[in-house]
Amino acid sequence: MTPGPRHFLAVAAGGACGALVRYAATQAQPDGAGFPWTTFAINVVGSALLAGLLLLPVARRSPVWAAALGPGVLGGFTTFSATSEQVRSLLADGRTGLAAAYVVGTLAAGLVAVVVVGGLAPSLPAEDEL
Amino acid sequence: MTALLVALGGALGSALRYALGQRYDDRWHHGTLAANTVASLLLGACAGWALHGSALALIGTGFCGGLSTYSSLMVQSRDLGPARGAAYLVGTIALGLGAATLGFTLAG
Repeated sequence: MTPGPRHFLAVAAGGACGALVRYAATQAQPDGAGFPWTTFAINVVGSALLAGLLLLPVARRSPVWAAALGPGVLGGFTTFSATSEQVRSLLADGRTGLAAAYVVGTLAAGLVAVVVVGGLAPSLPAEDEL
Repeated sequence: MTALLVALGGALGSALRYALGQRYDDRWHHGTLAANTVASLLLGACAGWALHGSALALIGTGFCGGLSTYSSLMVQSRDLGPARGAAYLVGTIALGLGAATLGFTLAG
């Protein structure tokens, strides 16, 4: 299925919401100089929710809602760039062990979350997996 | 005001990532890989420029955060299976770290 303008608008609107929730979370609980727990939690929770997206009837029924919630809200909520920059910054400060723990910890927790939650949910159609 | 800039950047970044994914994600997720790498490069540059306030909200928190995605990276890696999924993960992380470092260095 080729996405139309409605899909792009849905993704943009969802992305705005997701980014706002991430911003609010990092304002409420800033990452600070140690292990970036807030970004870690955002990425793990967002991964779990994306894997479970099709547990929501509205996402199963409507490709536009699936785009709004998946690539939109959850894509905008989670961030890979912040993780890259945090790892770069930790390495630049000589905190190699912490950087490695952060990378491996986020990957491991994210994969476990996706596999566990995904085991409960129907698979996402490929075009909605952004 | 800051929240509006985050939302605007997030909307633009997410829509661009979606377009890249629709166009270039196939057996390998080149579109998502490009989105994550470019966002890491730009966020590294934001740190190098020491952006703050409105500019950081729009470009860093909003646009780079919206353009990049961790949730899709995880779900796509799972779906690729152990060997290709691991290659995709390691490649994305290495490119992201390299891109953030390059962006920081060029901007600093």
